[in-house]
Amino acid sequence: SSSETMASDYSSTPVKISTINPKVLECEYAVRGEIVTLAQKLQQHLDKNPGSHPFDEIVYCNIGNPQSLGQQPITFFREVLALCDHPAILDKSETQGLFSTDSIERAFQILDQIPGRATGAYSHSQGIKGLRDTIAAGIEARDGFPSDPNDIFLTDGASPAVHMMMQLLIRSENDGILCPIPQYPLYSASIALHGGTLVPYFLDEATGWGLRISELQNQLDAARSKGIDVRALVVINPGNPTGQVLSEGNQKEIVHFCKKENLVLLADEVYQENIYVSDKQFHSFKKVARSLGFGETDLSLVSFQSVSKGYYGECGKRGGYMEITGFSPEIRDQIYKVASVNLCSNISGQILASLVMSPPKVGDESYESYFAEKDAILSSLARRAKTLEDALNGLEGVTCNRAEGAMYLFPRIELPKKAIEAAKAVDTAPDAFYARLLLNATGIVVVPGSGFGQVPGTWHFRCTILPQEEKIPAIVNRLTEFHQGFMDEYR
Amino acid sequence: SKPLDYENLNENVKKCQYAVRGELYLRASELQKEGKKIIFTNVGNPHALGQKPLTFPRQVVALCQAPFLLDDPNVGLLFPADAIARAKHYISLTSGGLGAYSDSRGIPGVRKEVAEFIQRRDGYPSDPELIYLTDGASKGVMQILNVIIRGQKDGILVPVPQYPLYSATIALLGGSLVPYYLEETENWGLDLFNLRQSVANARSQGTTVRAMVIINPGNPTGQCLSEANLRQVLSFCYENNLVLLADEVYQQNIYQDERPFISARKVLMGIGPPMSNELQLVSFHTVSKGYWGECGQRGGYFEMTNISPETVDEIYKVSSIALSPNVPAQIFMGLMVNPPKPGDISYDKFITESKGILESLRRRARIMTDGFNSCRNIVCNFTEGAMYSFPQIQLPARAIEAANRAGKVPDVFYCLKLLEATGISTVPGSGFGQKEGVFHLRTTILPAEEEMPEIMASFKKFNDDFMDQYEEDHHKAYSRM
Repeated sequence: SSSETMASDYSSTPVKISTINPKVLECEYAVRGEIVTLAQKLQQHLDKNPGSHPFDEIVYCNIGNPQSLGQQPITFFREVLALCDHPAILDKSETQGLFSTDSIERAFQILDQIPGRATGAYSHSQGIKGLRDTIAAGIEARDGFPSDPNDIFLTDGASPAVHMMMQLLIRSENDGILCPIPQYPLYSASIALHGGTLVPYFLDEATGWGLRISELQNQLDAARSKGIDVRALVVINPGNPTGQVLSEGNQKEIVHFCKKENLVLLADEVYQENIYVSDKQFHSFKKVARSLGFGETDLSLVSFQSVSKGYYGECGKRGGYMEITGFSPEIRDQIYKVASVNLCSNISGQILASLVMSPPKVGDESYESYFAEKDAILSSLARRAKTLEDALNGLEGVTCNRAEGAMYLFPRIELPKKAIEAAKAVDTAPDAFYARLLLNATGIVVVPGSGFGQVPGTWHFRCTILPQEEKIPAIVNRLTEFHQGFMDEYR
Repeated sequence: SKPLDYENLNENVKKCQYAVRGELYLRASELQKEGKKIIFTNVGNPHALGQKPLTFPRQVVALCQAPFLLDDPNVGLLFPADAIARAKHYISLTSGGLGAYSDSRGIPGVRKEVAEFIQRRDGYPSDPELIYLTDGASKGVMQILNVIIRGQKDGILVPVPQYPLYSATIALLGGSLVPYYLEETENWGLDLFNLRQSVANARSQGTTVRAMVIINPGNPTGQCLSEANLRQVLSFCYENNLVLLADEVYQQNIYQDERPFISARKVLMGIGPPMSNELQLVSFHTVSKGYWGECGQRGGYFEMTNISPETVDEIYKVSSIALSPNVPAQIFMGLMVNPPKPGDISYDKFITESKGILESLRRRARIMTDGFNSCRNIVCNFTEGAMYSFPQIQLPARAIEAANRAGKVPDVFYCLKLLEATGISTVPGSGFGQKEGVFHLRTTILPAEEEMPEIMASFKKFNDDFMDQYEEDHHKAYSRM
């Protein structure tokens, strides 16, 4: 390989560890971090030496990537996307034998909104206008309040939109962004990359990961007293990794808080279609703000949505959008300008975002099969959430809040002193130590809680609820057996 | 005041400019909404101007999108067998179809195809582990520049004129752009003296020059670098301890035979050790250009040469935050580097479509260059490669005064008038950089071939009218042959 001919000493090269952007060095992203690298090495070893480990396969529970674990895509969505990818077949009679009538209709409708039906052309930098119209209509149908297609920016997944907002907000390390702890580490990584300061606010594990305004206020005040200009508040609802769904009352308090403290509200709502409990419902922050009487100019709000989660789980497509409300025309121009440097997001992802926000309706030919697929996925997710939650709560020293939504469980482990010392002895964080041993014994990959943030001295790990339902019992057995062994050794 | 307003906006965002979708484009869009027919030649966007997608890749990706089709006994009525086989192959390379995040660096099997392509193209082995797929080449450029730029003191050598992704990104990242001027009278050739001077200047001001960008074939200038040029560039980077960033996205778009495309990496490897083991290089490619023109897919890659494993790990880490590049575009990339071969069912059609596009582009490059050169105040270098024409427009003093009075940069003034008169939407040369007092515009060679003569006639009429309006009487007798 070419690495054999490369210099082994990079000390004289311009781009080396000591001379690269320190913000790159500082940022971290545990979801695909160290534990995953170890898992991949194990996988390679297992492939070459079958039977060499006490497990047959690696089970990746580290990442919300449903289709990598067997979840099937929604047929109607894929029919429309395939037709939009290859519009040449739309006019052929054979196509009607292979595709549902309404998927063909929808493809025609979408392609008519694209000049020349050219899905290979760069679109408007905010995304194709007709698709934004559809998404705005979907938002209005969801919330009962109007949505302006000009407020929508389609992006390659929700993550680039988050980065864009951080880029706009962060001028220096004196700019702070309030983030929940635990948080999805896109936020900490993005803040680090943009040179800002993360201002943590701790969710309350004892009350189902509740968000207390008093905690927000305290953290805000403390940051300000240190000279930090706190610019925005990130709220992830439903939560990641914590899975809680905010109550409407809580959301109202948050809206008032942002208004009072002059913060941009960054509402990560990518799990809005993943709700597993009957006593909670998703309300978008825009809906809550409008229903409080907050008009367009009363609150600066950015709402993020994605095609990666929900029941559609189309992570690999990189589709998503942000809806920006309450910003001046000058800022909107600047946001447009930054979006334009990348020209546009991928067209197929844009189309999918419009399908997600405007799926088949009652009466459509595909409605019943669509609904059956959706319902099967969501009810299975709810069952898996419960099964895993119960299993984790059955383990010695482990407490696990229920997953009200999203795709994760975030159990807390009371690690015995001996385990903590053993971890220290190998220079590893105790939760990473546990995760590593778990991986080696069972092949199950989870992400240590330190990757998300936690109250100091507490230990957690994040595990997805995504392995296929029929595999869950075996996973539970292996996990339980491992944990018992672990506690026996370190109790 | 609002929590995010112009006053408290990140200064780097304010400084960032991207003319390709700036003032001219916005004005053109407004006029289009009012019902005026606009010919958008502001961006290299072939499919928007009527170029059809290649059939084979669209067949393959459609099948990957809807894998249930593969189980349907009638799928052969709509899709050829080799497309079906390819779709199955790519699905097997994914971690769960198009809807799963892939490896953050891209699907290993596709990266292997890219490495094999590079090896076939250059004759030197390429390591798939050092090839990262990205959502378009632009994202790759931004990622690499973000690794290099620590602050304002870090300078990046960028050609003038340049594709403003570079200036915009450097501004966003808070770095410094160190310009090196291409010599228009020498076919936009490299001016080593100017290059050395630029670096010396920058250093004397306390800038650490970290990297050099070359765009080959050039954008907006279209020139294709010779092997000798590339050797000069490589030596220069080696002497000055710079990492070379080689934007090679137009490598398929070559319209002359004297200087075929040669990759920077091939020349580097040909030079041999020690330089080939030490000079740091990042090469960029895309599915947006060439004869594919699949801009909307957002597919690209970068290949790293002589970057230390620790730094590669950091780049991997940053890639992982974005989780993965979009999977359909990765398949487009695989197909582009590994297209149908002789004997494949789809080969003939694929070749016919590809050749048709390239030969037409070559003809259009000529039509456009000649059309511009037929105007008395315009000098236009031939478009040797890429997708653009970058004519120099000599503006009379009175036009410049009128521009100043209107508060516009002279080439913006000219381009706005061109737009209002003809519907032709271009990008003023000031968006790309040019020597002081010299004006250009960038247009693409992408409008349909049948429409070209009319477009050039319309342009010439506007230009001649403009000159009649603004030229001093004693100049009107001058004409450039």
